[in-house]
Amino acid sequence: MIKGRFGLPMPILSLALFLVWQALNDGVTGGSVVMGLLLAWLLPLATRNFWPDRPGIKHPLRFSFYVVRVVFDIIVASAEVALIVMIPGRQPKTAFVSFPLELEHPLAISTLASTISLTPGTVSADISDDNTLLLIHVLDLDDEAKLIETIKRRYERPLREIFS
Amino acid sequence: MIAIALKITIVMVSLAVALNVYRLVKGPDAPDRILALDSLSINAIALILLLGISINSRLYIESALLIAVMGFIGTVALAKYLKRGSVIE
Amino acid sequence: MNPILEAVIAVLMVSGGAFTLAGAIGLARLQDFYSRLHAPTKATTVGVGSITLSSMIYFMATTGALALNEGLIMVFLFLTAPISANMLAKAAMHLRVQQAENTKGQAWDQ
Repeated sequence: MIKGRFGLPMPILSLALFLVWQALNDGVTGGSVVMGLLLAWLLPLATRNFWPDRPGIKHPLRFSFYVVRVVFDIIVASAEVALIVMIPGRQPKTAFVSFPLELEHPLAISTLASTISLTPGTVSADISDDNTLLLIHVLDLDDEAKLIETIKRRYERPLREIFS
Repeated sequence: MIAIALKITIVMVSLAVALNVYRLVKGPDAPDRILALDSLSINAIALILLLGISINSRLYIESALLIAVMGFIGTVALAKYLKRGSVIE
Repeated sequence: MNPILEAVIAVLMVSGGAFTLAGAIGLARLQDFYSRLHAPTKATTVGVGSITLSSMIYFMATTGALALNEGLIMVFLFLTAPISANMLAKAAMHLRVQQAENTKGQAWDQ
């Protein structure tokens, strides 16, 4: 990371901006690379004061493994939801469940909430004011303790290691 | 093969649009209608992509991108309006 | 075009359409708002993501150039779907939208 007034204050944001610019241009050409490098340098500098605290991803490699696993789980979960919906005349057993959070970092909590919304037949609905409870709505509940255990083991522990 | 798959998919997405419109008309509450509008915008993205494949042109892909952005912003603004009574506080 | 690639594109397209339709069926027939929220956030997102992927592969195979716009659409859909679901759930709890009789537990709004 290059420090100083004209350096790159947020390298991950710069990389993301560069990649998004290539995607917006629908292909990698000389012009888009130059413009992308310029934007990746100038935009973080210009918006530096608007970022309250730096998100701390400690292990980028482990985070990419996590993303791959979540993408796989999303496909499985959607197939399950589609099957529940397709069985005619059956209304699923819905439930609200309070999930006790162990994470503390806001970015980690919002990543977990998004993961919960996209994966195992659940939608995260609300968070308590002191950031210790997450209210989730379950489409088809079998066993509350088992569901909480699964989310803790599969998503919360890896996230705690990544964002420590 | 792609031509047949394209026809089947367009029929399925159009049926999905019809079901979304049913939920949009029936309601019964405001969040239901917003949810239906959000799904309609996502289905519009799918239809634009299918149109692009069927006429073999990439001209309309950017409008799909814009609909994705605007649909999300519209949904968030409407949900925020329902919760707070104003969009920007 | 390569027949295997063609089959991959066709399968992705049709399964995407099926997921989208399943999401819409869920939206139309489930009993209360909170369970209706599940179908569009999961099934429709995956369905349109799959159609996007098929369009990406199709244009990469026919033109031979990189097609990256679809990737952007897909990433954007997957990032925003949980956020809009969360906002809608919060709004519904604030308005005290009726939940189904057999729901276990209660929604809390603060």
